[in-house]
Amino acid sequence: MRPTCVDKVFELAARDPRVAYIGSDLDPPLVKRMKQEMPGRAFMEGVSEQHVVGMSAGLAMEGFIPYVHTIATFITRRCYEQVAVDLCLHNLPVRLIGNGGGLVYAPLGPTHLAIEDIAIMRALPNMTVVAVCDADEMKRFMDQTLDWPGPIYIRLAKGFDPIVSRPELGFAIGKAIVMREAAGRDRVLLVSTGVATTRALDAATTLAAEGIECTVMHMHTIKPLDTEALLYHAASARLIVTIEEHTVVGGLGSAVVDTLIEHLPGALPSIKRLGIPDVFAHKYGSQDQLMELYGLQPPEIAQTVRDGLQRRRAA
Amino acid sequence: MANDIVSAARHEASPRLDDRSIALRRLVVRALDGGGRGHVGSSMSLIEIMRVLYDDILNYRADQPDWEERDRCILSKGHGCIAQYVMLAEKGFFPVEVLDTFCRRDSILGGHPEAEKIPGVEASTGALGHGLPIGVGRAMGLRMKGSKARVFVITGDGEINEGSVWEAALSAAKHRLSKLTVMIDYNKIQSAGPTAEILDLEPLADKWRAFRFAVAEVDGHDIGALRRVLQNLPVEADRPTAIICHTVKGKGLSFAENDPGWHHKSSIKKEVIAEMYGALEVL
Repeated sequence: MRPTCVDKVFELAARDPRVAYIGSDLDPPLVKRMKQEMPGRAFMEGVSEQHVVGMSAGLAMEGFIPYVHTIATFITRRCYEQVAVDLCLHNLPVRLIGNGGGLVYAPLGPTHLAIEDIAIMRALPNMTVVAVCDADEMKRFMDQTLDWPGPIYIRLAKGFDPIVSRPELGFAIGKAIVMREAAGRDRVLLVSTGVATTRALDAATTLAAEGIECTVMHMHTIKPLDTEALLYHAASARLIVTIEEHTVVGGLGSAVVDTLIEHLPGALPSIKRLGIPDVFAHKYGSQDQLMELYGLQPPEIAQTVRDGLQRRRAA
Repeated sequence: MANDIVSAARHEASPRLDDRSIALRRLVVRALDGGGRGHVGSSMSLIEIMRVLYDDILNYRADQPDWEERDRCILSKGHGCIAQYVMLAEKGFFPVEVLDTFCRRDSILGGHPEAEKIPGVEASTGALGHGLPIGVGRAMGLRMKGSKARVFVITGDGEINEGSVWEAALSAAKHRLSKLTVMIDYNKIQSAGPTAEILDLEPLADKWRAFRFAVAEVDGHDIGALRRVLQNLPVEADRPTAIICHTVKGKGLSFAENDPGWHHKSSIKKEVIAEMYGALEVL
């Protein structure tokens, strides 16, 4: 996903002179490639995220479309005021590419885990927040970033994630994709974003074998949230489970619940939000191991659905 | 040696404010009166800097604020905005009467400047340390477009406590942005007290030199000195310029000069406004 995203920036730059690329302190081969493929429009600016975001705002004010690329924690936490004021207040078309959203950097510990990036980016007016599920979807998404108004936060996953997206389902920023649709009413609705969608699909397959039909809605754009699609599918669901590789505070689950409370008063189905609890990760290991720890792998998702249905029956 | 220059510039008496500088300060008081509040000292120290920029240096068209070839003037110390509002009004970006609406609910003129609302304002500032990174990006963008336009960023002294300023300084020097000039309104008093006590900036000129800027120091109330340095930019080829403007906080209001208590007032009564006009009267 990361190489695909960067490849797409170079491809977009080749066909649009407005595209610029700014990295902070990324890998040496990338610097070499920048000089060859984007001379004069690509910059490696060092470990200075506050400056880099301000500089990207200045470039955008002069008509450029800067793609700013560094590790997700640093491009969100470190320069939050610059993102808020320089990008969002001015509503500039800067694209923030955050490497390793979620638990990708598990072995490097909590300083490198972007577990609240979606929450803090989504809180900013004018910001668009996107977490695609695989490299193929990244290609379809990146083509649409050229002319999207305002800033975009692009959350990258680990890379080499299984391809689960399907071209025939298309892609539009702000439009959820139903990856699997359960037949009939009284269904279970799984709403997921990023690579959590891959896990949600696996869980849905397991559950289908047990006779539990799930619709899987891939909410690649967390902001603006596809309220229409969410409400349509939520209206016929008996249980909704949101799944995200992100804290349960303020992310996809919160966005979904906020929307449902606002629009389905008195008719709310059972809802369970799966995500990282309100803690800094206290273990290392791998992304998969931490996702398992926090109940975000397919077996834990499936069990959450079974438990939810059982509680509902008991009630 | 740099310290000697700083010291000399600090102790030399500024030339007497001329009629135009006094008239501009009267417009500042008019805005303070309109809003019943405002950053008094921070605006008064900036007047001559903004006056020379808009009178003699900047290329702009008041009737076409987004004219592509204009010089970009970014007031990074956004809290000193009344000094810029006064110049923009005087030059016809908007009517002078708009100054009376300062900080009022439906005004375009807030307590910090917003680019979306005010013709002639290049960037919304107020949070400190944002102007120079933006200025670097604009200077780079202009160069990429082959433009001859220049970029001026005006910072405060307390403002350059912010690390983002120095991140941007590294980048400006790396890219040899000779069309970028940063002007530091060095009145030596930040909100909580003297800069020397809060977070000492000295040796300030040496710091900018160490960051590979060409440096000039001027009396920031001396019109002739400001003109001379600004009309001869860049100070060194292939380098960005830092102009350290030695100023007096609250300049022109004898009772407010060098008093941190006049950095900002959230309520200014009519009798205080009268005292301000009175102080300007006797200059």
